[in-house]
Amino acid sequence: MIKRRRRFFRRKEKQLNRSMAVNTLLFILMFICGIFMVLPLVMIVNNALKPLDELYQFPPKIFVRNPTLENFTDLFVLMNDSWIPFSRYILNTIIITGLGMVGHVVVASLAAYPLAKHNFPAKNILFSMVVLSMMFSWTVTQIPQYLIISWMGINNNYLALILPAWSFGMGLYLMKQFMEQLPDSLMESARLDGAGEWHIFWKIVMPNVKPAWLTLAIFQFQQMWGNTGSMFLRDEQLKPLQFALQQITAGGVARAGAAAAVTFIIAAVPITFFLICQSNVLETMTTSGMKE
Amino acid sequence: MANEAVSSGVSQEALDIAKKQSTLRYQIVRNKASYFMIAPYFILFFFFTVLPVLMSIALSFTYFNMLEMPTFVGWRNYIKLFLEDDIFLISLKNTLIFAVVTGPVSYLLCLLFAWIINEFKGKLRAFLTLIFYAPSICGNAYLVWNLILTGDRYGYLNGILLKLDIINEPILWMQTEKYILPVLIVVQLWLSLGTGFLSFIAGLQTVDKSMYEAAALDGVKNRWQELWYVTLPAMKPQLMFGAVMQITQSFAVADISINLAGNPSVNYAGATVVTHLLDYGSTRFDMGYASAIATILFLLMVGTNKLVQKILGRVGE
Repeated sequence: MIKRRRRFFRRKEKQLNRSMAVNTLLFILMFICGIFMVLPLVMIVNNALKPLDELYQFPPKIFVRNPTLENFTDLFVLMNDSWIPFSRYILNTIIITGLGMVGHVVVASLAAYPLAKHNFPAKNILFSMVVLSMMFSWTVTQIPQYLIISWMGINNNYLALILPAWSFGMGLYLMKQFMEQLPDSLMESARLDGAGEWHIFWKIVMPNVKPAWLTLAIFQFQQMWGNTGSMFLRDEQLKPLQFALQQITAGGVARAGAAAAVTFIIAAVPITFFLICQSNVLETMTTSGMKE
Repeated sequence: MANEAVSSGVSQEALDIAKKQSTLRYQIVRNKASYFMIAPYFILFFFFTVLPVLMSIALSFTYFNMLEMPTFVGWRNYIKLFLEDDIFLISLKNTLIFAVVTGPVSYLLCLLFAWIINEFKGKLRAFLTLIFYAPSICGNAYLVWNLILTGDRYGYLNGILLKLDIINEPILWMQTEKYILPVLIVVQLWLSLGTGFLSFIAGLQTVDKSMYEAAALDGVKNRWQELWYVTLPAMKPQLMFGAVMQITQSFAVADISINLAGNPSVNYAGATVVTHLLDYGSTRFDMGYASAIATILFLLMVGTNKLVQKILGRVGE
């Protein structure tokens, strides 16, 4: 019995205070809830593999009976027909999502470090402004934001999507909360060795909060990936993949198959990114035992 | 006071000198590096968040239809909100019910599932995280519920209930007033393992493992005690973060209501403050009124946040 427990649960030390009965109970609970949670994923995968007649079958069934890749070939045909080469949309998405995500993680972490670990005038006011800003409904600030972006002259430009994304409130808050937990002695010893604040930030703080910024990267990726950019980008050449894909979905009944494939791709990309980040969160666990 | 972190390694005399020099000007110069580090973020933050929010609050005192220049109307929008707009009061009531039910429950679910998942290891752990995060990552995954809740006998829920002879005829779930709010609450709970959940998962990683061993020696008997006395206090910053995210989410419920129950929903049974706001902002083009709604919602969230932070301060005591 002990052997089995070791296989399922993480480390021997964590076996302190654990009873098998509760473990089993929790496992069953997880299983039942898990079935409900995974439902949308199951449906997306199955729909993508359904031939057209099954997609319109009534009453609808969850599972596919004659799986086919037709939907994907349809989608690729449509992609090749598009007015702007599809690779252009992909490039736009890489620029917008990549810069929006990496920039936000860097800029927000950089601001979070002094807020968490330094003492300077106006620190608390600045921080509470960020937290409070998250509570203001985004729908009404959109119009003033649009005016400001036009005034800056970055309308119809990647920057109109990227720059606001760098200043989202959640990222700074998340990073600050994690950095607060780092023991001060960690930074002090580096300071005594003559390290500057920038050095401390890159070499000591960031590696120690890796789970935090990997998590933030997931959030930000999702946010940027889901953005069609249609509010700011007018030129077809600048629009991201999300926009092009949703145009295909909007094609109605005849494109239902391709639309199902689109839904699959729209979900699959962030999931892949999620899995990469999440499994790295795990690795830090085992390597960064250097916390006090 | 000046830079405790730096001076604690230095002698007492140096500390005294630092105290003498702790004027505002001196502190600002002294903390130059800090200001440089926060500058990029806060400059952008000012332009893309602070200014728009201030402009929205200013707009709430005007009539603004997005075509003509806004005209100042004083408190009229606010007076109309509370005295004349019955639907706002319905939506406020619905939002409060939503927040009171889904807020705490979602929060506890996030914590519970993050904590259970943390007991697993390696690939299985990443996989379980994905499964529970799936509704949040699949974009508008809640549209699945449209299939489940279809009002005829081919909707999954009706199908099952009919088969089990619990009901005799299909129920129009999203068109029947008394079912709308409960169903929306269930869907919201199903969607709840989002931002807070992932930040808890990451937060649990940062809890020092040796603390568990020490706690066991100190007489912590079971996992529940361990959770209360060791894990939760150690991840207090994440708990605070999760609470704020939960507040912003549960007070701002709108998408699921609009997509499942429609906007306006039958007899406004699914109306929330944000659906009401969207109604005025993007359908009726009355941005001044919509801004007033947003401001009220903002105050409501700020108040709730104060309360919740106070409660969370007592964790682990």
